[in-house]
Amino acid sequence: MEKYYKPQPIKRPFLSKGVIVLLILAANGIVWSILRFGFGLGAVTNLNNQYPWGIWIGLDVAAGVALAAGGFTTSALVHIFYREDFHVLVRPAIMTAMLGYTFVAIGVMFDLGRYYNVWHVPIMGNSNSVLFEVGICVMTYLATLYVEFFPIVCERFIGRVHLKGALKFLNKPIDGLLRFIDSFLGKTMFFFIILGVVLSCLHQSSLGTLMLIAGPKVHPLWQTPVSPLLFLLSAFSVGFPMVIMESLTASRSLGLKPEMDVLRKFARFVGPLLGVYLAFKLGDMVIRGTYVYLNEINIYSIMWVIEMLFGVIIPVRMFFWDKVLRSRTLLYTASLMIILGVALNRFNVFVIAYKPPYILQKYWPSIGEISITIGLISIEILLYRALVMIFPVISVPLKGVSAKAKYAIRGVLQ
Amino acid sequence: MSQSRRNFLKAMGAASLTAVGAKNAKATPKNVLSDDRFGVLVDTTVCIGCRQCEYACKVEHDLPAGNIDDYSDRSVFEHMRRPDHTALTVVNGYPSEKDKQQQVTVKVQCMHCDHPACVSACIVGAISKQENGAVIWDESRCIGCRYCMVACPFQIPAFEYHKAIEPKIMKCDLCYETRTSKGQPPACVEACPTEALIFGKRYELIQIAHERIRKNPDRYYDHVFGEHEVGGTSWLYLGSQDFSKLGFPDLGTKPAPGATEPIQHAIFKFFVPPVALYALLGGIMWLGKQNREEEE
Repeated sequence: MEKYYKPQPIKRPFLSKGVIVLLILAANGIVWSILRFGFGLGAVTNLNNQYPWGIWIGLDVAAGVALAAGGFTTSALVHIFYREDFHVLVRPAIMTAMLGYTFVAIGVMFDLGRYYNVWHVPIMGNSNSVLFEVGICVMTYLATLYVEFFPIVCERFIGRVHLKGALKFLNKPIDGLLRFIDSFLGKTMFFFIILGVVLSCLHQSSLGTLMLIAGPKVHPLWQTPVSPLLFLLSAFSVGFPMVIMESLTASRSLGLKPEMDVLRKFARFVGPLLGVYLAFKLGDMVIRGTYVYLNEINIYSIMWVIEMLFGVIIPVRMFFWDKVLRSRTLLYTASLMIILGVALNRFNVFVIAYKPPYILQKYWPSIGEISITIGLISIEILLYRALVMIFPVISVPLKGVSAKAKYAIRGVLQ
Repeated sequence: MSQSRRNFLKAMGAASLTAVGAKNAKATPKNVLSDDRFGVLVDTTVCIGCRQCEYACKVEHDLPAGNIDDYSDRSVFEHMRRPDHTALTVVNGYPSEKDKQQQVTVKVQCMHCDHPACVSACIVGAISKQENGAVIWDESRCIGCRYCMVACPFQIPAFEYHKAIEPKIMKCDLCYETRTSKGQPPACVEACPTEALIFGKRYELIQIAHERIRKNPDRYYDHVFGEHEVGGTSWLYLGSQDFSKLGFPDLGTKPAPGATEPIQHAIFKFFVPPVALYALLGGIMWLGKQNREEEE
């Protein structure tokens, strides 16, 4: 008998030991956030005139965007290239991307000195600015992700809107509205799916253009005119490992059986994608002759070697090895290595490689910066847990049900 | 190496332009540069390090200036200082190669580039190059992202990190509002007792600078810093020794925005590449759907 999967809200108690740790970290982050918005960037961060950007841009924003690449890569694979065998992975991927981008936006607000002026971006935008392009694409893509997620909200609440008391009269109109939106999105979802992929390609690459304007301030190991291409290729290669890592983590934490059959097939794409990235990265190095910088032992060469060896070269080998694809632990390890490798790449480009000509004071992230970054990640994980318990996101096996959905992220199964 | 990178970028830019249609080739920002734009020539061989310019600048910009007598304290030259939110210009001292007992003093402030990286970078167009040469910051637009600070090759813009609300980007504005827009010299130039700072039209200053080098080849290092650096700057410097030994960064003659604008415009002219990608993906999706329907 063939197995069918159906996305369902997961029924588990919300609290667990891990959740309590996350709640503490989140609370710590919130306390520091109050200080940041109450007393300014200088009170909480170690940023200064030499180092205007720190880990909030390098990790929360740049790495955050890269690691949210699971959404557009998976939806492209399933919906555009019609690999319906990976259906079950689309909803979690879209949801994590949605959460990831939401927290990228929140992270930006922390870093902006005049965050309350952020609405200036769409109306006063300077079309020469790479940052403007990134900003607009991220804003639009975030909206697109909410649209892509909305059918899941419809599926959850159609026929189940039960407001109580004075709001009772709203039940029918809300239900009608949800049905209308669901049927509208059912017909137009293809538009948003393609839009999401295009927007992702645009800003994932533009993120790599951002530091080009800093010219000689960025170490030559990372400062290359093909940086946008490298950023795009690394985003392609980190998307699937991210989905694999999340799927394995979620199934462990929520006590589900991991969908190893699907994940194994899925993981076969990773090796070639990462291999292409590796080829371009090394090709760029050879053409520009930057390998000379590896002769000297310093923070730059060490960080570059860690990034490439543990984040790219070893995982490439692992993903071409059947033993790794069969083992849950090894697959998890290899995926995590790529994720950390790409995150480290973003961190290197934006923070480590940045060496201003006049340094009066070195930059090292402060307790406050680290607390807020960890706090935001904790809240993100907690929201993931809450959302998969509220909405039908994660698929569980069903017996004797035909799950022939037109689009997995669209609400009602047909 | 940088030469090959440049060629590569040229090729890439050319390729993208051909792809997009050669008609639309204005990939540079609107040129507002007036031939009569102002500049300031700093003759560091004349500067005595009195720091009157620092004092005048603070007074002009309503910054706490302190007592003018404190500015004769030469111990500040022991450490390099940088412009920040308390001082838009500072004077630094560097060991002189000609006379070991002497220091060469060099005034530092915004160079007012002809093709400023900060203007190109600013996400909301809060920084602009004025026709008279000044690069100024518009408080009403700024969102405080500090990308201008990342972009500036001279590491000039400073940020008011201590402010929770309305932090400013602080940098020399060439006294645009109060003086140079009316044709008057900036406060620092007016305050300079030795005429180490000369205000005038940029092209005239360049002539003066080369004239001085020609007349006194022993006194000057044969280079006018700012004439060609990053595509030219409004502030120009004369020195007695190599400018890298006077605290100046080694920058090429290409405008500072460099490769970013061609790449940016290649991607976005007429939205052709995004639309083409959209069409391509749509086509693949449609074909997939056809195939699937045939199978059923």
